[in-house]
Amino acid sequence: MADKILEVKNLKKHFKTPKGMLHAVDGIDFSIERGKTLGVVGESGCGKSTTGRVVLRLLEATDGEIIFEGKNIRMFNKEQLRQLRREMQIIFQDPFASLNPRMTVSEIIGEPLKIHGITKNKKELSDKVSELMDTVGLADRLVNTYPHELDGGRRQRIGIARALSLNPKFIVCDEPVSALDVSIQAQVLNLMQDLQKDFGLTYMFITHDLSVVKHFSDEIAVMYLGQLVEKAPANELFKNPVHPYTKALLSAIPVPSLTNKKERVILKGEITSPINPDPGCRFCKRCPYADNCPTAEPVLKDIGNGHFVACHLIHELV
Amino acid sequence: MSKSKNKLLNIEDLGIEYVTEDGTVKAVNGIEIKLNEGETLGLVGETGAGKTTTALGIMRLVPNPPGKIVSGKIEFEGSNLLDVSEEEMRMIRGNKISMIFQDPMTSLNPVMTVGQQIAEVIEIHQDLSRQEAAKKSEEMLELVGIPGSRANDYPHQFSGGMKQRVVIAISLACNPQLLIADEPTTALDVTIQAQVLDLMNNLKKEFNTAMILITHDLGVVSEVCDKVAIMYAGEIIESATLEQLFTNPRHPYTVGLFGSIPNLEEETDRLSPVKGLMPDPTDLPSGCKFHPRCPYAKDICAKQDPNSTEIEAQHKVKCLIYEGLIDAEVKR
Repeated sequence: MADKILEVKNLKKHFKTPKGMLHAVDGIDFSIERGKTLGVVGESGCGKSTTGRVVLRLLEATDGEIIFEGKNIRMFNKEQLRQLRREMQIIFQDPFASLNPRMTVSEIIGEPLKIHGITKNKKELSDKVSELMDTVGLADRLVNTYPHELDGGRRQRIGIARALSLNPKFIVCDEPVSALDVSIQAQVLNLMQDLQKDFGLTYMFITHDLSVVKHFSDEIAVMYLGQLVEKAPANELFKNPVHPYTKALLSAIPVPSLTNKKERVILKGEITSPINPDPGCRFCKRCPYADNCPTAEPVLKDIGNGHFVACHLIHELV
Repeated sequence: MSKSKNKLLNIEDLGIEYVTEDGTVKAVNGIEIKLNEGETLGLVGETGAGKTTTALGIMRLVPNPPGKIVSGKIEFEGSNLLDVSEEEMRMIRGNKISMIFQDPMTSLNPVMTVGQQIAEVIEIHQDLSRQEAAKKSEEMLELVGIPGSRANDYPHQFSGGMKQRVVIAISLACNPQLLIADEPTTALDVTIQAQVLDLMNNLKKEFNTAMILITHDLGVVSEVCDKVAIMYAGEIIESATLEQLFTNPRHPYTVGLFGSIPNLEEETDRLSPVKGLMPDPTDLPSGCKFHPRCPYAKDICAKQDPNSTEIEAQHKVKCLIYEGLIDAEVKR
């Protein structure tokens, strides 16, 4: 059996809103192998960022198990959780909002080291900070600058250096490149790939950009309204998408090429509300194939090649 | 695609500057754009390349101060927009030329119903009574796929994709000859983006509207455009037909842009992006603006500003390689 660093079982996160319970994450299961990347894709509001945060216990789950290196971390107390932070880190989406504007680059990168008492004196701290800056490709002269003086690509490198400072094993990357221009985006993706190789990192890569996720991930999970609808190795998913939502999503990507234009599946209608959702398949109202589907909730079924699909029409679509 | 080949827009040597405390920013530097009726031009570039400033220049909406159009001409239907009075310009804006702004969440008025916002444009530019304008605004909503009965709803009652369609309805209400769309789908999810692009393609065919589509997404360009212009640091560094640009990109920066996008069809282990960063707009490099990031750059690139060279019909590249001054072949 493969070495699973993280396993999530029946994870749920519901938020109380004035209109009722919002089912942001509604019973999802997945696992990530050590040293690999799981891409989580879906559109705004599908619960992908919430999943990332719940897995790190930045948000408390409503139900389910989060097993990291064999232990259910939902049971951890404050002190255990503090130790756990060394192992699991996060890179946030917006490099403009996730850095404290009143701290210098070296203070931002050095803060986790100080909090966890990793470095013993100032000399050690500044050595470690400049080592980290070197790792992520930030010039030494930037050590005393403030985030507002830097462009988006450099700021995101600070976020990466901060996440790396404690030598974590697992990093949740929440849309780490979507705020960046394409040429800078490619530079940052290359950097993250190099770091994964050098430090043996495991990534959970959350994004809405399907071409980036295919390039970057070993396995991809597609989310729709708080649920996993399909999960497969990256190439398998793009070659052979089965769930009607995945098909529509993949066909909607504008491809920068003149040949190979795909037949586009245009979805009708808007996403249904995740507040007190009706039982049954959440995609039913927009689904071009749906026809008298049972009202039970579809479950993920194995169709071979590590490919899982949650759809009532699975036998007709495969 | 285009039904007729009449010239609609002819921009020559357009220069726009912003005067700031840190110095003068040459946001747009001597660009040239030609557009015929019914054609769609994709204006592509990264943040700060001057795409939006160009659009605002055509609309004569560059905030002054600090912005100023310093040179060139913008010929629209034969007359230079830079010479017409503010009064006349007001009759062109929203009527003959209209613009879709990037963010549908902030470009609608939150305290007016969407019906009123569409009717407003119609009342100003067309000789219609209030009732007729209201009726027309419902028709416009239907046209973009929103039930006319929702005309009395406020923007917050719509989703992002629907708000963007309301904005499109406003911009098309007076049948403009030219539509400038500034990143119209960037804020939207892919499936909703597909719906909006589909809608824009249909409307374009139906009304023979010319369009300038500003975007950073080459995928979107390949879906809707006939011609493409790539901008870098205030200049158009390559312009070509869609097919020429996608099959035969020639400027090193254009090639770098293609190398930065993960390709869905081919397996690539590593992306090959443009190295370095966009130059500081107050302190642009001498000679070719791209030379500090260019893998083919030679000493001469820092000294000599390249001219636009036509390498085949309609395909122009601004690079010294094509002036025969550097011996290199740009490959994808």
